[in-house]
Amino acid sequence: MIPAAFDYVRAGSADEAIASLATHGDEAKLLAGGHSLIPLMRFRLARPAVVVDIGRLDDLSYIRDGGDHVAIGALTRHRDVETSDLVAARAGLLGEVTSHVGDPQVRHRGTLGGAVAHGDPASDIPSALIALGATLVATGPQGSREISVDDFFSGFLETALADDEMLTEVRIPAADGARWGFEKFNRRAQDWAIVGVSAVVRAGGEVGVGLVNMDSTPVRAAAVESAVAGGASGAEAAELAAEGCEPTEDLNASVEYRRHLARVLTRRALEAAGL
Amino acid sequence: MEISVTINGTTHSHDVEPRTLLVHYIRDVVGLTGTNIGCDTSSCGACTIHVNGESVKSCTMFAVQADGEDLLTIEGLADGDTLHPMQESFRQCHALQCGYCTPGMVMAAVSFLDENPNPSEREVRLGLEGNLCRCTGYHNIVKAVLHCAAGGEQ
Repeated sequence: MIPAAFDYVRAGSADEAIASLATHGDEAKLLAGGHSLIPLMRFRLARPAVVVDIGRLDDLSYIRDGGDHVAIGALTRHRDVETSDLVAARAGLLGEVTSHVGDPQVRHRGTLGGAVAHGDPASDIPSALIALGATLVATGPQGSREISVDDFFSGFLETALADDEMLTEVRIPAADGARWGFEKFNRRAQDWAIVGVSAVVRAGGEVGVGLVNMDSTPVRAAAVESAVAGGASGAEAAELAAEGCEPTEDLNASVEYRRHLARVLTRRALEAAGL
Repeated sequence: MEISVTINGTTHSHDVEPRTLLVHYIRDVVGLTGTNIGCDTSSCGACTIHVNGESVKSCTMFAVQADGEDLLTIEGLADGDTLHPMQESFRQCHALQCGYCTPGMVMAAVSFLDENPNPSEREVRLGLEGNLCRCTGYHNIVKAVLHCAAGGEQ
């Protein structure tokens, strides 16, 4: 299927891209790797009048050691995150989760920032960002601001980014020596998660758990985290995984089945993380 | 928009609509029809080509994104009449039935072995998860990739 016609702007810098967004408002969409946006445009579920191509902004493709965090440029491709020694050493959960995104061809083109800014509640990566407590850096005409991952996803395919802001960096608090588990349940290779769970236990014992496809946004399993902090076993805490979630029913799963999956997968992810 | 793309060593320049998908550009404008369109939903991998040496689904790129890039399609893989070792391995292992998925399978497999030259069978299966064979002929495809990784000789 062929997308609807649009005006194409190739941004030479982040400032140019932001200026273009400021001019066109919600008529414009940013194009990074294109592996979330182009499928939507082909189905004409998205019909942006203007597409601003930021795919050539190589200065936003990097993985850096920031001391207490790992800083990853928004245009870093999944393949680079997946194979990064720095990510493996200091944010290993993110590397593992990224290796489950789509398939090799998708990971060659798709970007970390693109996947996150798309805001799909079934996307794998947000589960890791929630579990690890990531901070997202948004840049707009007035400069940059930091957004906690807990405040970033605001609705189905909606985020806290303003119309004239772009996601420029993802910061992961360093998780040296952490143990983690990622559980993704699906029926077919390369598919979206029916339910996905990331769990991390940091070297100091702090636990983070993120769920995907359990609500209209990716969500933190706060009840599980509190239960573990309060002394519950991993298996006991996992029973609370679906608490507060409002999953949808679709061809793959009923609401009750998704709740069941969340409990079982959380238990497995916590077990893999050593609980 | 005017773009210039190198495909199989030859540079092509055309004026394209921004919404033109790369696979349509390759097939309908340049005339290289070895790259197939299967699902049209980024799932099946029939349209897999290489962009700067890496496997990519050409139905999920706009042609304007390939401006200035170096592309390889199935037509550019063989050296004249000498098949690429992966093509030869597919032939020897009978790794195709109807053949529709084959160009994409071969391109994905070549890129996969570039990244992982000595894979296990499980790694091959995971490495080709972006390519569907509706004949379900995966067994011999996996055999062919392992055969190629092992040097290809019988």
